[in-house]
Amino acid sequence: MSTTSLTSGMRTTRGANFKWLVPTLYIIFLLLPIYWLVNMSFKTNQEILSTFSLFPEAPTLANYAVILTDPSWYNGYINSMIYVVLNTVITILVALPAAYAFSRYRFLGDKHLFFWLLTNRMAPPAVFALPFFQLYSAFGLIDTHIAVALAHCLFNVPLAVWILEGFMSGVPKEIDETAYIDGYSFPRFFVKIFMPLTASGIGVAAFFCFMFSWVELLLARTLTVTDAKPITATMTRTVSASGLDWGVLAAAGVLTIIPGALVIYFVRNYIAKGFALGRV
Amino acid sequence: MEKTFNNKAWFLVLPVFFLVAISAIIPLMTVVNYSVQDTFGNNQFFWAGTEWFREVLHSSRFYDALLKNLAFSAIILLIQIPLGISIALTMPKKGIWVPVCLVLMALPLLIPWNVVGTIWQVFGRADIGLLGYTLANLGIDYNYANNAVDAWITIIVMDVWHWTSLVVLLSYAGLVSIPEAYYQAARIDGASRWKVFRYIQLPKMNRVLLIAVLLRFMDSFMVYTEPFVLTGGGPGNSTTFLSIDLVKMAIGQFDLGPAAAMSIIYFLIVLLVSWAFYTVMTNYDADAPEKGVQD
Amino acid sequence: MDLSWMAWTVPTALFFGTIIFLLILMGVWEYAKPGGSPRVGILRFETTRGDRLFLSLLGSAFIHLAWLGLVGPDLWWALGLSLIYAICVFRWV
Repeated sequence: MSTTSLTSGMRTTRGANFKWLVPTLYIIFLLLPIYWLVNMSFKTNQEILSTFSLFPEAPTLANYAVILTDPSWYNGYINSMIYVVLNTVITILVALPAAYAFSRYRFLGDKHLFFWLLTNRMAPPAVFALPFFQLYSAFGLIDTHIAVALAHCLFNVPLAVWILEGFMSGVPKEIDETAYIDGYSFPRFFVKIFMPLTASGIGVAAFFCFMFSWVELLLARTLTVTDAKPITATMTRTVSASGLDWGVLAAAGVLTIIPGALVIYFVRNYIAKGFALGRV
Repeated sequence: MEKTFNNKAWFLVLPVFFLVAISAIIPLMTVVNYSVQDTFGNNQFFWAGTEWFREVLHSSRFYDALLKNLAFSAIILLIQIPLGISIALTMPKKGIWVPVCLVLMALPLLIPWNVVGTIWQVFGRADIGLLGYTLANLGIDYNYANNAVDAWITIIVMDVWHWTSLVVLLSYAGLVSIPEAYYQAARIDGASRWKVFRYIQLPKMNRVLLIAVLLRFMDSFMVYTEPFVLTGGGPGNSTTFLSIDLVKMAIGQFDLGPAAAMSIIYFLIVLLVSWAFYTVMTNYDADAPEKGVQD
Repeated sequence: MDLSWMAWTVPTALFFGTIIFLLILMGVWEYAKPGGSPRVGILRFETTRGDRLFLSLLGSAFIHLAWLGLVGPDLWWALGLSLIYAICVFRWV
């Protein structure tokens, strides 16, 4: 990607000084609701309901203490983490060779196969929720982490193939040919030469798998009961209970944002290209 | 890139094929089987023919939900695409503010969807939420739990908050790939700001914008979690989208037959629209020979 | 393994059997005559055999739904209409 400056070319004489205003206002709009959640998470339930203040008057960590000491809360995080990581590993492992095949070869039915994969990314999870429940019941997999991980493959595998194919198409084919002439076998070439070349693409694909598995609720909730119940489901079940503790709910919400924020930070340089699915 | 024809490539695709086939084809077959039968539980099924399809196709409830979905997707696209492009155009292109902008903007995308619902549920409440409190103090009557218009506005603002960044990031990726020489040429020609946008920036963003429209349409058309958490489909049925209705029917009331028939119709519509978008996208790629050789 | 939850019936099995048979047929056809005979038809963009089959099947599904919604439960007419539609797709698209 070209890293040359564009600002000099795009600057017009008038208005240029106020250009920063648009993204700034947008970011403030994005951060206000998140700030409010963080603000609430440091208040006691009493303070939330009785007084209205922009800052916590008596900051407390009690809400976080509740979550980090109660197994029914913190197990939710552990469960979510387990199936998200499982899903990411499975997805990347199967998507890598497939994306290579799509980026390098034409074969019988390739275009239709690719479109069929994409339709699964576009299919509404609501359509699949019930048959998934039946399917995994038949295999005795309900309430296990692997069930959720496999179910999320439905939309993550197509996406990973799509992203990786975009990144791999950017690697010149001459590299493959040279390696084969040098006597590399396909697996050795793939692991030693090709994967390092597409490392950013693999990172971005893993990021997207993490993201879409982490944020999904419907399938994860349908396929779990207690042992593998994700944190997102724990939260919705609390919402419906009477005598809602807003402070704890806010703290739980803040804790679900942190993993995402950390992951974004690590892929920040590739994030724009990644969202363009490697096609820029 | 010239691809070689080799059917052995199928072996590389087989793992993906089997994994997705199990997750997609078996459930799809099951849905089709359910759609033509009636059940009272215990895996006992009775032939019902096309009854459920007729029921769904003649129910105003289905058309209501479908209309709501289409309206929602249209509003979302009309707001998010222009807004996303204008934010991407004004974003800094280099310097320390670039990663700051990117990370902060991507933040809403990484928040679990039900937490997004919770955040706005709290934010809009008149007693404890900043937005609701402020509006109430300004004398504006706003209550997303009782008023259908307020509920719709909240859901749309929530979706703009949640997903506009996707459009911004995609457009931004398209913009930074434009070589500086293009702008210099435009400056020498004395092109106006609008002409630079129309003839240099927009064509370069076309492909990523198509991806943005495709992803935004699909995701807004299957919206479930955020409105479900925020309003539960209410007040009344005013925010009951297809997905919400479907889950209510299939898992809440266990009406497998009608739910399956509705799933199939829903799926066919999605299939038609994604095919149309995909065809436009691939034909655009085919018409743009510079793919993969730029930089 | 208990598969009774899938609730197979003869008509749906026939339906999926037909689709699988069509896909195999397309595979064999493609193997015998590779390339998919691409051409630009009335839709103004290039389509291959596979695209035409997909359009025929998707269109038939909508024809059946429209028949159920607008006319009545007798689907044999819709099936006939779909066949005519499929022939048109393979001829002109």
